[in-house]
Amino acid sequence: MVHLKDVCMTYPKTGTPAADHLSLDIGEGEFVFLVGSSGSGKTTIIKLLTGEVRAQSGEVMVNGFDLRKIKRRKLPALRRTLGVIFQDFRLIDNKTVFENVAFAMHVIGAGRRAIRERVPYVLKLVGLEGREKRLPQELSGGEQQRVAIARALVNSPSLIIADEPTGNLDPARSLEIMLLLQKINDLGTTVLVVTHEKELVNAFSKRVITLENGCVASDETGGYYGHEA
Amino acid sequence: MKLNKFFYLIKEGIKSIFTHGFMSFACVVVIVACLLIMGNFALLSVNIDHNIKQLESQNEILAFVDETLSEDDARAIGPHLRSLDNVKDVEFVTREEAMKNFISKYEDEDMFSDLTPSTFRNRYVIYLDDLSRMEGTRDDIAAVEGIADVSASLEISRGFIAVRNIVTIVSVVLILILFVISIFIMQNTIKLATFSRREEIGIMKMVGAGNAFIRLPFIIEGLLLGLLGGAIAFFLQMGIYRVLNQRLLASAVGTMIQVIPFATLMYPVLAIFLGLGLLVGTFGSSIAIRNYLKV
Ligand SMILES: Nc1ncnc2c1ncn2[C@@H]1O[C@H](COP(=O)(O)OP(=O)(O)OP(=O)(O)O)[C@@H](O)[C@H]1O
Ligand SMILES: [Mg+2]
Repeated sequence: MVHLKDVCMTYPKTGTPAADHLSLDIGEGEFVFLVGSSGSGKTTIIKLLTGEVRAQSGEVMVNGFDLRKIKRRKLPALRRTLGVIFQDFRLIDNKTVFENVAFAMHVIGAGRRAIRERVPYVLKLVGLEGREKRLPQELSGGEQQRVAIARALVNSPSLIIADEPTGNLDPARSLEIMLLLQKINDLGTTVLVVTHEKELVNAFSKRVITLENGCVASDETGGYYGHEA
Repeated sequence: MKLNKFFYLIKEGIKSIFTHGFMSFACVVVIVACLLIMGNFALLSVNIDHNIKQLESQNEILAFVDETLSEDDARAIGPHLRSLDNVKDVEFVTREEAMKNFISKYEDEDMFSDLTPSTFRNRYVIYLDDLSRMEGTRDDIAAVEGIADVSASLEISRGFIAVRNIVTIVSVVLILILFVISIFIMQNTIKLATFSRREEIGIMKMVGAGNAFIRLPFIIEGLLLGLLGGAIAFFLQMGIYRVLNQRLLASAVGTMIQVIPFATLMYPVLAIFLGLGLLVGTFGSSIAIRNYLKV
């Protein structure tokens, strides 16, 4: 699923590496929290996985794609096997909830019939039935994030990657979103969640990978985030 | 690319004209303004050129026929002259007509009462296709048997040609400058328009859209806006031209110059405006979007 080995990555114009001989593997069906202080390299890992940045050395394999060697025009094929969720939702403001989700299906060339069947199903799964015609600004933050999750899910990716998906939400909404991600994981999708929120991580008994200065500092299943701090 | 994807992208392109209403409006305004500036200037120089040509065509060569030839013999030279290279038209003028023309130019006709046609020579008035070759044609005419003398105003024709060349060069240079400025303005307008969609493009890429998928709606949008701008500019140009034409005709200058009716110029103007609009819209949007496709 995800295989990083001895990965080094330094952004141009900066001296310190954002990933420093970093290794980690994520197997199919896992639910993994990726934690660490600000600047420890969490977002960088996600960018390495989605092909937004390239490692200077090491191995980066995602869903069978070799990200060290992948050609730029093959990136869309990789990204279609991923569902990515961000802190700031990244919805298209002038499209309705339905269109925002359907959009991802248009990208892969899905037919109208398939879209009309699949989108309502996914919207129901994330608890947004009845909101199809609304625009993003007519939704609460939690609801907007559900739209983003629906969009990430709609093409049945094998891996969902979420970068601080609850960063803009209150604790109750955050818990709901995490429960939703866990539900998606229970349905068979691998989930990788980056987060800052200790309570939230500790409320679930999952694998927790802690980063420090671009390296894996700890990697424990059923781990407890923050015990070493 | 699958067909339903293609139709979706076309629909998206059309839709985004409306969802980004203000930017679309700005792009169309810029296209219209640029086309109108260039169009008015081009039409002005076309008209100047036309008027100069008009004056040129009145610049004729006079070929005097040998006095010893009878009128019939003199008329017989006509076809020969007509067959010469660069000769557009030939008009035979008898000595009687020549005298009448001469006298009618003066008010006091009695002054010439003792004038007889024999003072005048039979002659040909010869019009040319290309004034710049007047000198050579004059020599050809002089070499024709039965032509005694040729009068051609080379100085005037040279003057006309110089003026026309200057007008052509000046207008080509100015139109090129205007074109470059227009492209520059367009490029910036489109850059601004696509800048507001950086995020949208980022989202498209994140969900795995290929470059063609991202590009097509933009290009269709640019193409349609360009065509729309071209069409609007055309109708405005038509209005401006007609109003100016009427004003000019009503003024004193109107009697001295000839304005080409818009109907004659309509199709070339429409074709050029639509073509330029399309070109600018399509190229502008594909160049502007290229910057965002690199990641
Ligand atoms: N585009 C960039 N150019 C240069 N340096 C960058 C860039 N993005 C991140 N960095 C640097 O790389 C390091 C890791 O950043 P990263 O964004 O991965 O941290 P993070 O763990 O996601 O932090 P946060 O929790 O604040 O989001 C930091 O030192 C950061 O300053
Ligand atoms: Mg981050």
